Amino acid sequence: MGLGYLLKRLAIMVPVFFLVVTMVFFMIRFAPGGPFDGEKAVSPEILRNLNEKYHLNDPLLVQFGNYLKDLVRGDLGPSFKYANRTVNELIADSLPVSLELGVTALIWALLIGLVAGGLASMKPNTVWDYVPMSFSILGICLPTFVIGPLLVLVFGIWLEWLPVAGWDAPEDRILPSLTLGFAYAAFISRLTRGGLMEIRSQDFIRTARAKGLSEARILIVHSLRGGLLPVVSYLGPALAGIISGALVTETIFNIPGLGRFFIQSAVNRDYTVVMGTALLYFTLIFVCNFFVDIMYALLDPRVKYE
Amino acid sequence: MKLLSRSVFFAAALSLSLLSGCTCSRDAELAPGELYMGNGAEPKDLDPHITTGIPEHHIQQNIFEALVSVDPKTLAPVPGVAESWTLAKDGRTYTFKLRADAKWSNGDPVVAQDFVYAWTRLLKPETASEYAYQGYYIVGGKDYNTGKSKEPKLGVEAVDDRTLKVTLVNPTPFFLGLLYHHSLYPVHRKTIEAHGAKWTRPENIVTNGAFRVSRWETNKIITLVPNEHYWDRANVKLKAVHFLPIENLDTEEKMFRSGKLHVTNEVPLEKLPSWQKDTTGVYQSAPYLGTYFYWINTKKKPLDDKRVRKALNLAFDREQLVKHVTKGGQLPGNVFVPPGTGGLQVKPMLPTDLSRVAEAKKLLAEAGYPDGKGMPPLEILYNTHEGHKKIAEALQQMWKTNLGVNVTLFNQEWKVYLDSMRQMQFHLGRQGWIGDYNDPNTFLDLLVSDNGNNRSGFKSAKYDALIEQAGKEHNAAKRLAIFQQAEEMLADELPVIPMYIYTRNYLKRNDVKGWYPNVQDFHPLKYVYIEEEVKK
Repeated sequence: MGLGYLLKRLAIMVPVFFLVVTMVFFMIRFAPGGPFDGEKAVSPEILRNLNEKYHLNDPLLVQFGNYLKDLVRGDLGPSFKYANRTVNELIADSLPVSLELGVTALIWALLIGLVAGGLASMKPNTVWDYVPMSFSILGICLPTFVIGPLLVLVFGIWLEWLPVAGWDAPEDRILPSLTLGFAYAAFISRLTRGGLMEIRSQDFIRTARAKGLSEARILIVHSLRGGLLPVVSYLGPALAGIISGALVTETIFNIPGLGRFFIQSAVNRDYTVVMGTALLYFTLIFVCNFFVDIMYALLDPRVKYE
Repeated sequence: MKLLSRSVFFAAALSLSLLSGCTCSRDAELAPGELYMGNGAEPKDLDPHITTGIPEHHIQQNIFEALVSVDPKTLAPVPGVAESWTLAKDGRTYTFKLRADAKWSNGDPVVAQDFVYAWTRLLKPETASEYAYQGYYIVGGKDYNTGKSKEPKLGVEAVDDRTLKVTLVNPTPFFLGLLYHHSLYPVHRKTIEAHGAKWTRPENIVTNGAFRVSRWETNKIITLVPNEHYWDRANVKLKAVHFLPIENLDTEEKMFRSGKLHVTNEVPLEKLPSWQKDTTGVYQSAPYLGTYFYWINTKKKPLDDKRVRKALNLAFDREQLVKHVTKGGQLPGNVFVPPGTGGLQVKPMLPTDLSRVAEAKKLLAEAGYPDGKGMPPLEILYNTHEGHKKIAEALQQMWKTNLGVNVTLFNQEWKVYLDSMRQMQFHLGRQGWIGDYNDPNTFLDLLVSDNGNNRSGFKSAKYDALIEQAGKEHNAAKRLAIFQQAEEMLADELPVIPMYIYTRNYLKRNDVKGWYPNVQDFHPLKYVYIEEEVKK
């Protein structure tokens, strides 16, 4: 694999990152209202004290310069809304939760998606195909805010098997990760089915079959590697999407994740938190895609990066 | 094929093993004697000089103790850190005698100097307290906070460790009630000086209330345990209190139903009708010290005409509004000051029904818009929210039917809306106002000419004089009469359209005792306990 290509990709990240910093910084500043606007307005004198404390009285460019200086040192600044906490701390607290939720959801998605898609591809146009594929259509169509409360109602309230919300015990993870992973499972099952079907019609599979190999061996040794390429390329965006798109799941299950900060900070005009979360998501998406590229090269002998 | 069926089996086994790991009984996870409460948003901080919100106050009122506390049944002042107090004849000088056994959670005694330090810190410009104006009642407070005087020359003096003398600018009859506001709580100097902004973290914080903070995980939980050094420790019954920040009301209600909460913060709007039918006594609905109203921009035509403002006020059905639109047991807002605030039952000047529509039509015709003809289009501004939208739609329809007036609706994102309101770019704009203390002043003061929250453009020297006069009046009955006069003046000028008086709706398990409904939604947990045998 071309190491040069990968280094080039990494090098491009730097100017793009700077562009994102600049754009987010100025966009949020130009949005009407400020962090200290509330239902009860503060007097001009008190507002002046507040702006002085948070250096919002400085010219915008000076503030931007200071932000960049801190950023280079890895300091994302204090939160305006959460007065005794820094953005670094908020992220340090909530990112592991989001990662855990995201990875668990992805595991569910892969588990369900691969099994359902694999089954469907082996017996196309039978009940083994129709049932999982109908479910997957349902999974793609139903939004999280329908699936989540539905699961809670059935498993939490009626059956009383699982907790309705929270993030303490291991069983607290089940419903949220299922909720979040469901749509992705549905998509993965369709990708798996499509990919495997396509591979199975290829000549080299026919050769394998002619050699008298077992179906299982054909599937594992010959079909999976090629047939799962679409799934692999989907995993990068999926992981990024799962982690950054967990807001609804987080609210339904009251999970102390990052998604809430991402949305709430924009609503609160909590400038530093907006910046911190936006930059984090940018980095996350970039890294996910980067790894998918590497995986791709490893899996597909046709792909070469120069 | 074998492989696939094996993975199916594995998936099933995994889910089963995960399922069997759960504790499947309802109350098993709630430790006995510990209270679990839904508490809305994640607290901004616990520093009483920094916070502004209600979720924060729910916690602060249990970890700090004010000079003077409030009886949860009657809302009358009762001894707190101060065991007694006297008011000098001038009505401006209070002398508080602090109890000898008041202690901080680290064992230090609470002394008069703590209050001098706390109130100076509240007013110090660098603290940038949004509630600094609560200290403006004290001599020198405003000058220090606004930078007029560099040195704090405040009317707060520690005569000795146990005597605090406070001098006010004017006789302020609601001052004792004000003391209960979080901005005037004492804070522990050594802790703040040692840890700066991080002093409120669970590992640092030192407080003087019935409870102290033992755990704080962002967006997850805040746990309080009894303060061993608290002077009235013997009467604190709860072993721990857990505040859970739950913003999704539906989630909160489900947690309550599954036995994970004793008390919720709210009830989801769509679940109100079914909870209102509940006969188990779990559903709680109490009048609350708050008014929902529309500001009228009196600087814009045709709203500069008093007759138009009055017509709008008379031509909608407040009774129907609370019954069919807000549905939460709210009281029709035929007054501006919620009934009973600080002992004042204001005489309603506005109708709750459509009995005065004819008068409204006549007024509108006199103003030159018979049946709404020729009237410039009006716009209702509100922040994007389903509840506000429903109210605005109801008004739109009622004004169309009853007056022939056309109103359009306009919603903006929260901060954009606040900005538009501040710049007075609206005709009619919604506002909810929750009283800071139990006195009519917290509502009527809003319409004083120079109040930063007065969005109506209404300025009246006569009105300002009335409110100022009430601030100086010693005699309680006379004072309330002045407020009644101010309310009547508002009902005549009508720079506002009162809609309803708030209620607090929430769910509370029957085994929670020592919890009393009151207009300030004030439930000091030092009196609360959980009755063990009632558990169902």
